[in-house]
Order: sequence, then structure tokens, then C-alpha cells
Amino acid sequence: MDETLQSLVEQLKERFDASTYSYADEISLVIGPERMIEACRLLRDEHSFEMLVMESAVDYWPELKPRFHVILRLRSLKHNLILGIRVPLEGNFPTMPTLETVYPNANWFERELWDMFGIRSLGHSDLRRIVMPHDWEGHPLRKDFPLGYEEPQFTFNFDEIDLRKPYAKESQ
Amino acid sequence: MTTTKEFEFPLMDGTLDGMTHLVSDRAIEGDTVLLNMGPQHPSTHGVLRLLLELDGETVITCIPDVGYLHTGIEKNMEAKTYIKAEVMSDRLDYLNNMGNNLVYCLAIEKLTGLDVPERAQVIRVILVELQRISSHLVWLGTHALDLAAMSVFLYCFRERELILDIFEMISGQRMMTTFIRPGGLWRDVPVEFEAAVRQFIEALPERIQQYEKMLTKNPLFIRRTKGLGVMTPEDALRWGVTGPMLRASGIAHDLRKAQPYAGYEQYDFDIPTHTDGDTYARYLVRMEEMRQSLRIVRQALDKLPYGPVRSNNRKYVPPPRSELSTSMEAVIHHFKLWTDGFTPPKGSVYMAVESPRGELGVYLESDGGPKPYRIHWRTPSFTNLQTLPMLAKGNLVADLVALIGTADIVLGDVDR
Repeated sequence: MDETLQSLVEQLKERFDASTYSYADEISLVIGPERMIEACRLLRDEHSFEMLVMESAVDYWPELKPRFHVILRLRSLKHNLILGIRVPLEGNFPTMPTLETVYPNANWFERELWDMFGIRSLGHSDLRRIVMPHDWEGHPLRKDFPLGYEEPQFTFNFDEIDLRKPYAKESQ
Repeated sequence: MTTTKEFEFPLMDGTLDGMTHLVSDRAIEGDTVLLNMGPQHPSTHGVLRLLLELDGETVITCIPDVGYLHTGIEKNMEAKTYIKAEVMSDRLDYLNNMGNNLVYCLAIEKLTGLDVPERAQVIRVILVELQRISSHLVWLGTHALDLAAMSVFLYCFRERELILDIFEMISGQRMMTTFIRPGGLWRDVPVEFEAAVRQFIEALPERIQQYEKMLTKNPLFIRRTKGLGVMTPEDALRWGVTGPMLRASGIAHDLRKAQPYAGYEQYDFDIPTHTDGDTYARYLVRMEEMRQSLRIVRQALDKLPYGPVRSNNRKYVPPPRSELSTSMEAVIHHFKLWTDGFTPPKGSVYMAVESPRGELGVYLESDGGPKPYRIHWRTPSFTNLQTLPMLAKGNLVADLVALIGTADIVLGDVDR
């Protein structure tokens, strides 16, 4: 791993009370949602991480604390470095502050986060669904969203699955 | 299944009422016209829908609406074993199949620490560079067609066919090849491969000259493209633009040089840049890129070593077919790999390559099981398309067509 990146991460770790996650030759800072904007702004202005490369999430359902990790990758063209940031989010209806003010291209990434994971970016200028139809229900990339087909019902879970099956039921 | 009904946004209903914050006040008063362009429109290069606010023929605002080609590839890949999920990577960016395979395999190799033999590396580079040329040829043809230069389109597709013939020769498929596999290649290339590629790279420089003769000094082409859609380097960085669009704005950033993969550090090539940042500059950069790709292919062919094309790590790579009749161990490995699949260690990686359109990245997370826990494709078309409203503002509708062309988007890559 690059030494400049290593020392930068150590420095930020103390300042933002963050932890780190590393695998292979990559390193990520794990920062809470309340301080992530501050950290990104600092990285952009003082450490020339000019470009937001990617913003997505991972769902760890049925784990709820945290249920989601928002994954960021920032690139510095000047120093030829790439830094990961992971932002843990709790609960089924998570929110985080929008990165749009720091990196304008977070606009579509965060629309996709809302669309696919139901992670709401507070202060976002245009939070509509982006790839799914506007009247779609649910957030497809969540782990509790079925891939398709019909859920098989067995004797032990027949009623439980029947409750959420979308057909006209006699009792209603 | 949890829903987020209670957090529903008024903006979410997707009707025009929900988009009033995107158009100017004049549209609400009825002063300007709202016009729908696409999704079925030949010059949107697929199924891109644009909502345009027009004052006469001038674009006031342009609101891209993507998602008509959304196929849920990320969700689908999570439900398949690593090797079975690879066939979906071809279908993302259907003009860059080899590049998609390559980045997916590189991500797996980074995750597992799998080795790749030298011969496989060199063949990968040859294939990816040929793919880059073929993608640029499609771009050039369709871009010129949008600007009403019909003949360039026909010539470009003629040359592209030669590349697809090479792909068919090695893999049996013209486009959805899945030829690059984790740990190497599907199989070695046939003996005719080298001669076919040499023949192609001998012929192409002259053809590129022909295209340039038709366009580079063509006054009609210059008037349509010069000074149109200027992107400053600051804007390009702010909006995360990569690839030829970034390089045409004067920033010499190429992942093949910056963070070499697949042995790119061994090849001698230049990064073409231009400082104008307009549509014409992007044209010049892409034309030069084709020449640089030819240089790389030529060097790779000259040094193409002999040897195996697949890693010998039997926990990840199936054994050669010939061993199955003599070795019980090979049979077991073969069976386990094709039924259960391999299981990389727990962890996550991000791997990025330079696709013809820009930075193509894969975020791959493994939970130690045989299927990817999460796979995210960071696609260049998605981020590059996001700058379209900025570039289109104040231009004519006819120029918007040129701007869509110059961004070189592939809708399969945008919507995933």
C-alpha cells in the first residue's frame, strides 16, 4: 500500500474518530454519516481528491446495526491515489446527508441509492427514482427483496407468505 | 419485505408535476415548450429519453430519463455463482464485452490472489485493445451518421466486422464472448489468430486515414462540432467525467498508465490529449486513441510468449479436459467447480480499468460463499451522461444530437 495514503488515513482516523477496513492493497475509512461530509470536503480541498468515482451501498440484512454500508471511492489524480470510505447506516429507513454539495456528480449516484436501497439523502436536490419505473414499490437491491418468481409456500410458513402475496384475498 | 412508504417523497411520482423543480418558471407559465425526445429516437443511441424545455429551437433545460434498459444485472449476479455470473458482464456494455470480462476477472483475481500466466495477460491486452478499436469505430460511424455523414458509418462497420470475425474465430461468438475467465482465458487462441490480427493491424492505419480525410478537414463537420459542448477541466473533474471526454479537456489521465493492470506497464504508448474540450477535440482524441491501440497490439503480438493460458490453481480454475480421463482428482475439481463454484475469502475490492468510454469499475464484495455478496458496476456512461444537461444548455436541438454522440454512451452501460 502506498505510504502517502497510509499516513493520510492515520491522520484522518484520529481526526474523525474513524476506524479502517483494509483488504488486498486497498484501504477504507469507516466514518459515521454525521461526519462524512466534513471528511469528504477536507479530502477534496486539502488532499486534492478531486473526483468521486463511485457511490453505492451494501445491504447486510438481517443485520440492522448497521444494516447498510454506503461505499465511496475518491480518486486523486494529482497524487494518483484512490481512497475508500464506508459509511455505516442503521435501521430499515436510513438517511444520510447528501454529498451533492461536495461532488455534484453524487446527484445520480444518490438517486440510485434511493432507488435501489431506499437510502434517503437529506438535502438532495432531485430525489426521484432513476432506473426503476416511478411507481415501483420497494427497493430491488435490498437483500429482502425477492429476485423474482413466486415464493414457495410450505406448511410451516404458508400463512406468513400468504399475507404478503399480492392477490385478492377472500377475507378482505 | 420492508417498504419505505412512510418516507415517500412528493417528487417521486415521476409526473410533470413532480418535476417542476427541474424546469424554468417560464415553462410553468407556458412561455416555453416541453418536448419529449426518445426513448425511441435513432440519435439517442439506444433507449435514452430526454425531456427538453425549448424556447424556439434552443434548449433551455434537458432532463435525461434513463432506465429503459435496466435489466437488474447487479441483483441477478448476486444470485449466481461467480463463474455463471460472468456471462452477464458481457451484456452490460455491449460494445466492450472483452473489457467487461477483463474487469470482472481482475476483480476476482484481486479478491482471491489468483495468478495469471504471462501468455494469457498478453492475449488479454490484444483482445481488449481490439475491442477498444471496434468500440471507437462504432462511435465514429454513429456520431458521423448523426451529423449526416452517411458513408463513414458504412466504412466503420466494415472494419468493425473484421474485429468481430477475429472474436468469432477465438471464441465462437461475435459479441458475447465470455472469453476472458478468472485465472486466464477460456482456452488458447487458434494458430490462425496471430496472422489474422497482423493482417488487420496492417490494414487499419490506412483506413483511419480515409476516415480522417472524410471528416477532419470537412468544413461541414467542423462547423457542427468545433466549439460545441465545451467542458472545462474543472467541470470535468467535478462531474467525475473519465475517458476520452476527460482527456479532450486537457487532463492526461488514463488508468492504463496511472494504475497499470494486465501488464500495461510493459507497453510503450501515449495518452492523446487536447485542450479545447469541445466535440471536435473529443473526435481528435478518439481517432488518436485508435492509433495508440494499434501500437499496443503490435507490441503485444511481437512479444506473445508461449505457455499456459490458465492458472494452475485448481481451487479456482477447472482442470484441462484431457486430465479428466486419467486423474480422479481432476474429476473431483471439475465437478466441484461446475456445481458448487469456488469460494473466495471474505472481503471486498474495487477494480477499475480504462474502457473505451472511461473508468469502468467493479466493486466486489464476498461473504466467503460461492456467490458474490454484492457486485456494483461503476460504469463510465452513467457518469458521463450526467453532464449532458450542462453541455446542452443554450444549444440547438440539432446540436444536442451531436452532444449525445460525443459522450459515446451505451445505454446498456448506463442502466445496467
